[in-house]
Parts: sequence; C-alpha cells; structure tokens
Amino acid sequence: MHPAPSVILFTSLSGLGFGLLLFLGLGVLDVSGWVAFAFCFVAFGLSVGGLMASTFHLGNPQRAMKAFKQWRSSWLSREGVAAVAALTVMGAYCAAWIFLNMRIAALGFLGALLCLATVFCTAMIYAQLKTIPRWNQAMTPVMFLSFMFAGGALLSAQLSLAAVLLAITTIVQLLHWMLGDRRFGEAGSDIGTATGLGGLGKVRLLESPHSGTNYLLSEFCHTVGRKHAQKLRGIGIVAIGVVPVALLTFAPHSHATAAIAVLSHLIGLLSTRWLFFAEAEHVVGLYYDKHRHAA
Amino acid sequence: MTTLPQSTERRLGLAIDLDICVGCHACVINCKEWNTSNYGAPLSDMDAYGANPVGTFLNRIHTFEVKSEGCNAQTVHFPRSCLHCEDAPCVTVCPTGASYKRQEDGIVLVNESDCIGCGLCAWSCPYGAREIDRAEGVMKKCTLCIDRIYNDNIPQEDRMPACVRTCPAGARHFGDFADPESNVSKLSAERGGMELMPEQGTKPVNRYLPPRPKADIATDGDIDVLAPFLAPIEEKQGGFISWLDKALEAI
Repeated sequence: MHPAPSVILFTSLSGLGFGLLLFLGLGVLDVSGWVAFAFCFVAFGLSVGGLMASTFHLGNPQRAMKAFKQWRSSWLSREGVAAVAALTVMGAYCAAWIFLNMRIAALGFLGALLCLATVFCTAMIYAQLKTIPRWNQAMTPVMFLSFMFAGGALLSAQLSLAAVLLAITTIVQLLHWMLGDRRFGEAGSDIGTATGLGGLGKVRLLESPHSGTNYLLSEFCHTVGRKHAQKLRGIGIVAIGVVPVALLTFAPHSHATAAIAVLSHLIGLLSTRWLFFAEAEHVVGLYYDKHRHAA
Repeated sequence: MTTLPQSTERRLGLAIDLDICVGCHACVINCKEWNTSNYGAPLSDMDAYGANPVGTFLNRIHTFEVKSEGCNAQTVHFPRSCLHCEDAPCVTVCPTGASYKRQEDGIVLVNESDCIGCGLCAWSCPYGAREIDRAEGVMKKCTLCIDRIYNDNIPQEDRMPACVRTCPAGARHFGDFADPESNVSKLSAERGGMELMPEQGTKPVNRYLPPRPKADIATDGDIDVLAPFLAPIEEKQGGFISWLDKALEAI
C-alpha cells in the first residue's frame, strides 16, 4: 500500500491524542487551571490535528461532512461520528475542569469510552479489509488500542504504568508482524484464483495491460517498503518500546526523561505506522504479478 | 444507503469468454470513449502526450501465460473490470452512501456528487475495478453502461455495454444472470463459468468462461503441422522455358 503521509499522521497522532484524552477523562491527573489547560491543549491538538490530516488525501474534502451519514454500515463513517462525539464530550469535560475547576466524573468516563470507540473504529477501517490480508486480523485493533493506551499513559505522565503498557505494546507489535507475515498465504488468494486459470497450470503475467503506471499500481503495489521491512522493524521496536521502557524504568523520573521517552516513542510510532502501510500487500497486485511475499 | 439490498430483481452482468478474447483492447478503447463523454465525470488522462502518461480506465486487458507439466504453454487474454458483486465490499465501506448497489438490476454505481474521494472502496475491491479520477477526485468504475442499456434514443442493437457492442471477436456477452434462460446463464452453465477469487466472499455476478482445452496435436517432434504441405515442390515445366532454365544453369 502507498504510505501516504496523511494517513500515517492521522492514525498516529489521533491515536496519541485520543489516548491522552482517555486518561484525562479518567481523571488520573491531579492538576488544575493552566496545567490542566496545557494537557487538554496537547490532547485536542493531536486528535484534531490527526483528523484534519486525514482529510488531506480526499479527492473532494469540501464534501467531508457527508461522511457522517453511513454509520450503520461503514467503519469510516462510524469513526467520524465517534470522533465528533468524543471531542464534544471531552470538550465539555475539559472546559468544566479548566474554567470551573470541576471534575464531572461521569462525563469524563463517557468521554474516555468514546475515545476508545474512536480508535477502535479507526483500526477496523483497516482490519475489515479482506483484500489486504496483513491488516485483516484480530491483532490490528489490539495493536491500535495498545498504542493508544501506552501513548496516553506516557503523555499523561503516568510513567510507571506507561513503562508496562509500552512493553505490552512492543510485544503486540511484534505479534502483529509475525501473524501478519502469514496472512497472505492464509487468505488463499493467488494468481491462479485471481484469474480462475490456476486449475489449468502455472499462471504468470505475460503482458501488462499498460506500459506505464496507473492508480492501482501507485496506490496498492508499493514495493520499496517491503525491501527495508526488517531494518525498519528493528528501528521501530527500539524506538517504540526498548528506549522508553529503559528510560522510565532505570532513569530518575523527570521532565527530561519523559520528553526523551515521548520523542523516541513518537519516532517509533511514525516509522512502524509507515511500515504498516508500506509493507501491506493488496490482492489486486496478483493481476500485475507484483506479489513478492516469501514463497 | 451503503447497505446492500437483500436481493436484486435482476442480476445484470457480463460473461467473458477467455477462449475467444484476442486481447485487441477494442473494448478498453470503446469503454473509455463512451464513458468519458456520457454518465459522470470524464475519464481523464494526465500527461497524455508526455513522458509518463497515466489515465483512468474502467476496463483493462492483462495477458497471462498458463503452462502445465508436459503441455505447451497457452496464452490467455484476460479483460478485468467490475464484477458487480452481490456482496460488494466497495458499497458497505463507503462513508457517504455515494457507492451503492441497485435493487432493480444489481448494478454497482457511484453517485459522484456524494463521493469525497477517500478511496476506501478501491481498497476494499479485490479486482482493481475502481480507479480515482485524478482530475475530478471522484471514484470511477464500470456502470455496465447504464446510459446505453436503458437508452431509448439509440437503436435497439446498441443497447448493451460499449465493451460488448464493440468486441470484434464476440468474447463478451451481456445479460441477466438471475434468469436461467438468459444467454449469459446458459453460456455460463454450458462452459463452467468461473467466479474470480471466490475466497474473498464477494459473490461476483460476472462469469469468466475458461479457455477450452487445446486439442492434443500428435507430432513427431515437429510442431509445424503445415510443414508437409508447404515443402517446396519441384516445378516441372516443359518446352523452351525448361530448356532455357537448364542451359542457363549449365553455364
């Protein structure tokens, strides 16, 4: 899949933002006034910024409002509805907290649930796609949600909890890769089923429909990411989990320690999210003989 | 609504004969011509006369080679377009309701004025049937030439999809798969019409008729069956020309 910056920023930043909002809604922070404002500002900046980024790849962003209509059937629509609901409820909760120094626990709990629902919907947009077997597995929502919890704990300064959640996230990410590597084979699609000619013998592409490229090839048949997948996985694991967990466990807790841990996690998150798209193979590549999965 | 109809009254679609298709791309061209000037946004080309031309097409022809142990390789030309699936994932993923399947005839269409160009429907399609038009930013796909098949302003014989109408080899057939007596249903039953990627669970309507088995040609190592008939035959001529021929050879 083409790793478009808009979707990478969208899934990474909004995941972090909703994660932080979730922890704020649960009332884990014993702060008020300007400090509360700063935390809310970061949370809304990340979640709203991420959602805005997602509109950059739209062909007709001026019609984006229409995307709230089909929540009965579409995970993308559900995600939009859940995001607006989460931001509205958490907006009210944060306003009461900052300006009235009032913590409405029920409202915060509802907001936290809606944040959880939003990130789950985001994950399901990808996990529902049978055409991209690597994403079409139960570990996809688990991975998105663990990133959300770990990132939220880290940003809301729950450093001991964050260390545990980051370690879990790292394991979940490794599992997603391990299970993901097998998914294309398990899905059972090959050039034989794609053409229906598999029963007649060994099928290979003799001539492409066009000498140049097209939308399908540039959107679905990205091959550079697959080439460097192993290196990026290594970098990702170190940055997401190893560095932050080591810092939070062994270094004295301070703003500097937390800042380095957050920066490292962010770099890891962006690089693994890039890989999430770049190494995912779409079955349409079979028609173009672009499937380069380990045989 | 992007929920799928429980069932459709008719199941219009194509039966594509892989035994007959010669890979001439006439259907591609006629599809592009009709659909760029009729229903919806035109099918644009980017950098059409430059170094990297790329454009929107609703129909693409691949050519595959099939080789089985001990047999000669076989070339199969393979037209690829929307299969108007019964369980079309491209419809249910759409957040705006722009992508829909018609209850009356099962045709999967895009309402372009509702399409935000998010591309998720193309992601969900295993067959690569949908392409974003880069000029309009909306999703384009085969309409089964809905503006031809019900068009009272064109002659009866033209009321079929442009690809079917133009195919010089007769490899493409259009009809109602819900009617067991239709041309396409009969053809499909007779020839073992295939579903593409059934494991994806999309229940495509279109059927592909497999290439017929090639007759085994008995050869003694020489594959050219016409060779015996083409061997040069010594011309026997008499009279003056024959004498001249021999005389000149002798010099």
